[in-house]
Amino acid sequence: MLGFLQRPVVVTADINLNVVALTAVGLLSRLWQLAYPRAVVFDEVYYGQYISFYMKRIFFLDGSGPPFGHMLLALGGYLGGFDGNFLWNRIGAEYSTNVPVWSLRLLPALAGALSVPMAYQIVWELGFSHCAAVGAALLILIENALITQSRLMLLESALIFFNLLAVLSYLKFSNSQKHGPFSPSWWFWLILTGVACACAVGIKYVGVFTYLLVLGVAAVHAWHLIGDQTLSNVRVLCHLLARAVALLVIPVLVYLLFFYVHLLLLCRSGPHDQIMSSAFQASLEGGLARITQGQPLEVAYGSQVTLKNAFGQPVPCWLHSHQSTYPVIYENGRGSSHQQQVTCYPFKDVNNWWIVKDPGRHQLVVNNPPRPVRHGDIVQLAHGMTTRLLNTHDVAAPLSPHSQEVSCYIDYNVSMPAQNLWRLDIVNRESDTDVWKTIVSEVRFVHVNTSAVLKLSGAPLPDWGFRQLEVVGEQLSRGYHGSTVWSVEEHRYGRSQEQKERELELHSPTQTDVSRNLSFMARFSELQWRMLTVRSDDSEHKYSSTPLDWVMLDTNIAYWLHPRTSAQIHLLGNIVIWASASLATLVYALLFIWYLFRRRRRVCDLPEDCWLRWALAGALCAGGWAVNYVPFFMMEKTLFLYHYLPALTFQILLLPVVLEHVSDHLCRYGALAATPPWGYGSRGVLNGDSSVMQMGLGSQARLCRGSEDEANEGCRERKVADVHGRWGRPFGPGEHQEQREGQGNMGRDPEQPVVRGRTAWCMAEINQEAL
Amino acid sequence: MPPAVGGGLAGSELRPRRGRCGSQAARAVGPDVATEATTRSPKRPAPSSRRFEAPGRWALLALVTLMSFATRFHRLDQPPHICWDETHFGKMGSYYINRTFFFDVHPPLGKMLIGLAGHLTGYDGTFLFQKPGDEYEHHSYLGMRGFCAFLGALLIPFAYLTVLELSQSLPAALLTAALLTFDTGCLTLSQYILLDPILMFFIMAAMLSMVKYNSYANRPFSAPWWLWLSLTGVNLAGALGVKFVGLFIILQVGWNTVSDLWHLFGDLSLSMITHMSGIRQIMPHMPSTLHWLGLQVTVGKHLTARILCLIVLPLALYTATYAVHFMVLNKSGPGDGFFSSAFQARLSGNNLHNASIPEHLAYGSVITVKSARMAVGYLHSHGHLYPEGIGARQQQVTTYLHKDYNNLWIIKKHNTNSDPLDPSLPVEFVKHGDVIRLEHKETSRNLHSHYHEAPLTRKHYQVTGYGINGTGDSNDFWRIEVVNRKFGNRIKVLRSRIRLIHLVTGCVLGSSGKVLPKWGWEQLEVTCTPYLKETLNSIWNVEDHINPKLPNISLDVLQPSFPEIMLEAHMVMIRGNNGLKPKDNEFTSKPWHWPINYQGLRFSGINDTDFRVYLLGNPVVWWLNLLSIALYLLSGSIFAVALQRGARLPAEVEGLSQVLLQGGGQLLLGWMMHYFPFFLMGRILYFHHYFPAMLFSSMLTGLLWDTLLRLCAWSLASFSLAGHVHTLGILSLLLGIAYRPPRRLKALTPPWDVTKGRADGIVTAVLPSFPQISKYS
Repeated sequence: MLGFLQRPVVVTADINLNVVALTAVGLLSRLWQLAYPRAVVFDEVYYGQYISFYMKRIFFLDGSGPPFGHMLLALGGYLGGFDGNFLWNRIGAEYSTNVPVWSLRLLPALAGALSVPMAYQIVWELGFSHCAAVGAALLILIENALITQSRLMLLESALIFFNLLAVLSYLKFSNSQKHGPFSPSWWFWLILTGVACACAVGIKYVGVFTYLLVLGVAAVHAWHLIGDQTLSNVRVLCHLLARAVALLVIPVLVYLLFFYVHLLLLCRSGPHDQIMSSAFQASLEGGLARITQGQPLEVAYGSQVTLKNAFGQPVPCWLHSHQSTYPVIYENGRGSSHQQQVTCYPFKDVNNWWIVKDPGRHQLVVNNPPRPVRHGDIVQLAHGMTTRLLNTHDVAAPLSPHSQEVSCYIDYNVSMPAQNLWRLDIVNRESDTDVWKTIVSEVRFVHVNTSAVLKLSGAPLPDWGFRQLEVVGEQLSRGYHGSTVWSVEEHRYGRSQEQKERELELHSPTQTDVSRNLSFMARFSELQWRMLTVRSDDSEHKYSSTPLDWVMLDTNIAYWLHPRTSAQIHLLGNIVIWASASLATLVYALLFIWYLFRRRRRVCDLPEDCWLRWALAGALCAGGWAVNYVPFFMMEKTLFLYHYLPALTFQILLLPVVLEHVSDHLCRYGALAATPPWGYGSRGVLNGDSSVMQMGLGSQARLCRGSEDEANEGCRERKVADVHGRWGRPFGPGEHQEQREGQGNMGRDPEQPVVRGRTAWCMAEINQEAL
Repeated sequence: MPPAVGGGLAGSELRPRRGRCGSQAARAVGPDVATEATTRSPKRPAPSSRRFEAPGRWALLALVTLMSFATRFHRLDQPPHICWDETHFGKMGSYYINRTFFFDVHPPLGKMLIGLAGHLTGYDGTFLFQKPGDEYEHHSYLGMRGFCAFLGALLIPFAYLTVLELSQSLPAALLTAALLTFDTGCLTLSQYILLDPILMFFIMAAMLSMVKYNSYANRPFSAPWWLWLSLTGVNLAGALGVKFVGLFIILQVGWNTVSDLWHLFGDLSLSMITHMSGIRQIMPHMPSTLHWLGLQVTVGKHLTARILCLIVLPLALYTATYAVHFMVLNKSGPGDGFFSSAFQARLSGNNLHNASIPEHLAYGSVITVKSARMAVGYLHSHGHLYPEGIGARQQQVTTYLHKDYNNLWIIKKHNTNSDPLDPSLPVEFVKHGDVIRLEHKETSRNLHSHYHEAPLTRKHYQVTGYGINGTGDSNDFWRIEVVNRKFGNRIKVLRSRIRLIHLVTGCVLGSSGKVLPKWGWEQLEVTCTPYLKETLNSIWNVEDHINPKLPNISLDVLQPSFPEIMLEAHMVMIRGNNGLKPKDNEFTSKPWHWPINYQGLRFSGINDTDFRVYLLGNPVVWWLNLLSIALYLLSGSIFAVALQRGARLPAEVEGLSQVLLQGGGQLLLGWMMHYFPFFLMGRILYFHHYFPAMLFSSMLTGLLWDTLLRLCAWSLASFSLAGHVHTLGILSLLLGIAYRPPRRLKALTPPWDVTKGRADGIVTAVLPSFPQISKYS
């Protein structure tokens, strides 16, 4: 218990001053004069609205991405005490004093600043030198496009942060796989990978590409793990399970969590309500909830209802009728039934009320006890204000001549019999005896005589139809389509026998009380679906660009212009960094193919562990660039330069990696060009002490397996210029040479003179084959 | 560590050389098994198949072919009216016979073959093919149907041979053949004048020749090797020449070739050239270089052979089909307007053919203005106004693909209304940078723009026709500029690419390519865009040019070269394909509907005709296929993991697992390649798009069940009944597939009876398909 009395509490801390310094300059560059300009800059006008909605807790729908990014920005506002009262309507507008600009911009800036030390860590974890790692961090630090994007209320910097975090924690995880699987740090990094991936996806959907990349690399590693026969079956299974949970299950849960918090926060109704279903709207405070609160749940014969179409396009609307009739002859010469019009009307109106009637009875009131309507029942629908019955028949509809006209029946005695029986088809029923419920039930009305389905065609009627939307009866094949589905929104039990009383009753607001709550999963799936399908009008923008423009840096975006001094903010990349990073990608690709082909011929230019490191760096950096870039060629939405930044970040990481590789491995070829490249001449020199050679072989065997950490250090220490030999000849163990001075000293200081032999790392059998 | 390639389960490597290359699998299994695998043919010794001697095999093949032809040709003449897309492809066949130029979104080979078949069998191209349901009457249509049915019938022997080659097992091949023979969907799709049987023929032929040539890998450069390799190339060209989805089989063959070359490249034995040892004595330092040289000789030979047969040959053939296409179709027809002015000059009957028009644009000329963007058309106006609420209520300006009097405009000076055609005035040419006015000839209104938003593209300005008899306001003034003006100030007809800049607002006249709603007659929107970007949307050229005061020159100099024609034809086709978007509110077939046989396609019976034809798969076959894919993934991954874990499998199982992983992998890849890309396509999709994938999945089913039953038989080897498990299993599967429920004519009531609800929709949907064609009484 009192162990600390016996032994002193000792905290030993390794502080990498590189990281500290990089973080400091990162913070400095991102936070310096953060609140300038005190005006709405570019897309702040867009995200700002959502921050205000969060502050006021009003529901909104944004199809551009999941809510986590918006919530992060809103968190800044919350910390700064923002009350949400600002009208975000124009780029360049001055912020009023109640807007805490600094704290609103703080979180993106922090994310941008922390990307700098993370770049360092990633390159270091990939197995490259401190020098390369610092180089990568500095490049991220001074890239002006990244700085610009980080210092505003925008989401890219947070996306980049979580992308890098996902890659970094995966690297940490896979490096700790060698020392201590299932250790706490192993678990920590594994789970952090999953969480970071979920966060990236939660900010923008494009984060999913990085997630897939990490999953792909993890899958390849797992496949090698399966092939590792030193592990028992149970252990392999445990490894696979742990990965599946952390990389598949946890991200899904975290993603759901974002939506949970989102829906928890946004509990009030707002301007985007109309897009959602009635049931969803009823779950929000105010708005529809106020109207529908306390309605009877089960629709009964005699119920008065308003019927809302589930499709909601072009606008949400309710089934409607009015005194006017269809014109006898349309403009194009076709005839109509001249009966009462039935339309869909996008506003609340007393003419939207319908009464569910039992065909066998004449009353329009609810019995006591109410007799509920069930799936499959035959009903008539009487229009509340005119008491005419909903009818369809084999007459072409006004605008969709292949469909049937829907009318409220007026008997003109012209051999057009009433066909007003409809069968109720509850689409989302659980059993065939389900009761028709307010709001939650989605129903279709199937005409008994003609099998037509009541459907919103969406076409606006001409002047005679008051520009309301056309409703038709259509003989559909099967399949669900929103335009044929209706739900009861307002509902009450009709009490009045007489038409006059009934009209009064219809004019009065509904009231009663029972509350209905939608489950979280139902709300989530509806919201997610709407977010994915909501159609943003494709807008052409002055600064939009194509993916090809990005690589060439052939585009920019003007973010802001000072109204008086003409000071400006532009998003513009650093041409040197962009060009050299692109060049590095090209060089990497060429070298990779070269090595791959050579290896295929059993000519190993790189030792096995160096090769693996080189391949992993490429998979994560070049791969990260590719997966974040190439998909944009297939996207149809309007694209901007800032969409390239996540890809660019990965590409920048590749630059020092390639440089270090070139200087360590290729420049030596140049230096040795005088001697024959296959180095036979130096062979004799190398064949020194046989015992040294033995050691070399032993070490080499470990290197080939790549299983020991010490061996892994070998590549990092390759500054140790070995002028005698060179990497990877396929010729025999005779060349193998290992000198070890200061063997125990495996410190990471590149200055340390650890000299190691450069050997052929190919497998012995191959050597024999080649000889 | 092994190289990254070849780690997946779908290792599509088939050649027996694999064992010798020291592949990972062989090494993991251990040396004894590896050597065994090398000495033994990796193709599993199939004890039951040994019983069949060569004549037996041929007899079986003949039987399968006979069955196939019997089913495909049975009542081919029924129904004697146009079914579904026969209306398109039959019509296009007629176009070839009549040599009229037309436009279609698919490459020409399939329709050319249909036309050829019709021509050879006495069809004269006079039938109009107006709409589905029209009776053929005396016109000879059987030749074209027979041709399609012939190709459709060949699918089954092809599938049979492919599976036989992949699995070396007759029962597997028989099962596949039975699946396809008894599938109503394949049957229906093969019997009409459609592109699909032709496409599927080429796909399957390419697959078969690829598999065959793979099997000759141990005898490279032998005659059959060359034969099958070049046949693969020919069939690839055919597949691509019929429809662009032929690209998928090209990708599959490409993938197979790349992995094949990769293995050759890794095969160190190939690099040893014969007198290497001698050279090494002379130049001891050289072996590595020679290593490369020797490699380059052998692998280079392989590489060259494949480039020749799989790239050069198909490309040449594909180009040749276009050459024939353009040579045959030399008369003006309904497709002219889709193509550029220069292209049209080739077609006899077109007003640009052998035409002569004034070369330089002058004031007073009557012109048509065509968008440089393909398939957009001519600048057009007509006597209808924009509806209320959409910009100013002025006359509509659109683009229109067809030639029409309303496409004519008169080019006038902006500041004078005097008639420039007055013979007393000198000719004045329009120069680069001039400010002009364009007057619509029919309605005498000026091309006009103003600060109102365009009808569809809200950020652009509206373009209208304005003014009375040519008198308007300053918003009618446009500056005409030549893009990349090289020399001279005059503007050349047809060749100058011009831009019209609105003087007041500074915007550029362009077409957004969006289709206007009904009020705009579904013509394309014209806008004035404030974004001065260099896109084809805002570039135009003058096509027709009438000016009596100027001398005419011949247009023959403008004829485009063949590569230009090819390129243009492809651009137009791609645009056309992308343009086939489903309309709002339309029920479209979704890719996930297809494998579960969710909803068919009505071929005939829309009118009150006697015959109803409905394209729908046999549910037994289709759902078995679906189950097989799941089972395959399961068993395949079990085997792959077992091998990766280094499990030692008995020789028999080892052989089976090779068949499953390699042969099955090929087929699974084929299924995926022909199915998944459809999920990414924005164009309108139909059920019949799934059929190529369905062929692959049926082959996979045959191979899988045979292998699984063999595995069962092997694991039950200790029981006396074991030998019969396989036979019984195959027989029961065959019987199950051949089973057809009794005809239910009642089920022919319209399948759109919505009252059944969604869950049982599948069942109601499949029943009508069994009476594939039946007298509806």
